[in-house]
Amino acid sequence: MSAETHAGEGAGTHTRPDAEQAEGTGTPGAVSGGAPDASGTSYIAQFRVWRGDIDGGGLEDFKVEVFEGEVVLDIVHRLQATQAPDLAVRWNCKAGKCGSCSAEINGRPRLLCMTRMSIFDRSEIITITPLRAFPVVRDLVTNVNYNYAKAREIPAFVPPQGLGPGEYRMQQEDVGRSQEFRKCIECFLCQDTCHVVRDHEENKQAFAGPRFLMRVAELDMHPLDAAEESGLDRKTTAQDEHGLGYCNITKCCTDVCPEGIKITDNALIPLKERVADRKYDPIVWLGNKIRRRT
Amino acid sequence: MATGTQPQPNTSSTGSTSKPPDAPGTGGVLTGTRAAIAERHLRTDRWWLSPAMTALGLFAFIVYSTWRAFANTDYYHAPYVSPFYSPCLAESCEKMQGGPNWALFGEWWPLSPALIILIFPLGFRLTCYYYRKAYYRGFWASPPACAVAEPHKSYSGETRFPLILQNIHRYFFYAAVLVAVILTWDTLLGFRNPDYEWGHMGLGTLVFLVNIVLIWAYTLSCHSCRHIIGGRLKHFSKHPVRYRMWGLVGKLNGRHMELAWASLLSVGLADLYVYLLATGAFTDPQLF
Repeated sequence: MSAETHAGEGAGTHTRPDAEQAEGTGTPGAVSGGAPDASGTSYIAQFRVWRGDIDGGGLEDFKVEVFEGEVVLDIVHRLQATQAPDLAVRWNCKAGKCGSCSAEINGRPRLLCMTRMSIFDRSEIITITPLRAFPVVRDLVTNVNYNYAKAREIPAFVPPQGLGPGEYRMQQEDVGRSQEFRKCIECFLCQDTCHVVRDHEENKQAFAGPRFLMRVAELDMHPLDAAEESGLDRKTTAQDEHGLGYCNITKCCTDVCPEGIKITDNALIPLKERVADRKYDPIVWLGNKIRRRT
Repeated sequence: MATGTQPQPNTSSTGSTSKPPDAPGTGGVLTGTRAAIAERHLRTDRWWLSPAMTALGLFAFIVYSTWRAFANTDYYHAPYVSPFYSPCLAESCEKMQGGPNWALFGEWWPLSPALIILIFPLGFRLTCYYYRKAYYRGFWASPPACAVAEPHKSYSGETRFPLILQNIHRYFFYAAVLVAVILTWDTLLGFRNPDYEWGHMGLGTLVFLVNIVLIWAYTLSCHSCRHIIGGRLKHFSKHPVRYRMWGLVGKLNGRHMELAWASLLSVGLADLYVYLLATGAFTDPQLF
């Protein structure tokens, strides 16, 4: 595949020969094992970057100059600018808010733009690979369509009857819980690290993944969502249609979330408890029956 | 995520290509459509340390508690009763003045009376959301650590028997509350001296006090408790008291893992303390 093909990958997938000047990072970083600059603020780091596509590929070694205060995405850009102009990487805001530059650094799912180089030992070889739960497109870019397919399977907010636009009124304490889930930037790191689909491709059909189960929890906790009144039981469908039972709450989704959302404790476990109310707790079931009759 | 990527040709509804998912790898991260990386993980940190320590800690407690539960001896030394044997529900229990002697099981129970009551705290901890994470990772390697491939060929999670039974956690929570009430009474009985006179306190009383505080903190920080207290509500604004309690339980819940370990350790130490007293290893230092 040519470099031109890569340049067409998308908004954030292109080479930037003028990157250093534009970002004010000083001298170009194309090096082959050179010494740090005279000021002592830079050093030569060793990288292994996965290059390839769906037909195959492998880890390629690079030596790149690193300056103080840089993040891994800066280094990837320097690689594009100096040594690997056709390196494909998806990125956009470079501020941890667009969720585009998800990858795996030393085997851990992370945002390239939020991973500081200072967390690594200077002699450490840093390995960057694409997300390993999704089909690869090229280099560090993966096909995350699985997530969009799952997003479409979650029934949307059901507006309450009798209230028009502009008439919704909610108390802060009623919406506070689900506001945490609205911080999600859809980087899909939680989906990538979840072993249910990462280690078992066959489960992708049945399991929505932590991001979208969190969406179900958000809607089920929404004070004005009228799904139940319209005949949609989100608790039952969470288990039966979105695969909540597959989750064994090992908390990797929480561990990798760059927004610090407590996905497991605040969304998945509460949702499991709500499902238990509906499907596995005869006392709650009986109580609800009696309450409805009176 | 802004993908900037056009849909791929031959794309199925879940985003996988039409290429057989298992070719040429063997599945999981080695699935054919994913980046061709032979290693099952690329983590360079000591990812194995946490599950190894967890497994070791749990295994040590299982060994110790199994020995003590089957021992059926040295579990009472006035005024202290081991938490493993309280309440004591068989006729064969040692007589404990004012203590938890309720021979509900009569004389026919041939085994250690600890086995009757330990089912409940064991079930509570076994189905606890924290311990599930701990033993799924530590013992079953499902997964061993984040982004480290698990060794199992298939996975059905908690969708089938027996793991679907994890959903009865709340019933064990109710039982655990009752057990905690009884252990609280046992702790109060510790404010007596060996002659059962009130108004005294020994080092054992302190051990039992710390234990019961941790037991309650762990029990109340339970995710099921958080749900029952207020999490199941849709409108907190209509239930201000439950909302406040939910907030308090939520703060405790944030420390659930730490409390799980601390209370596991304290309950073991309380039992060990009684064992050492009962075997005459030392005498309980009286504070007043």
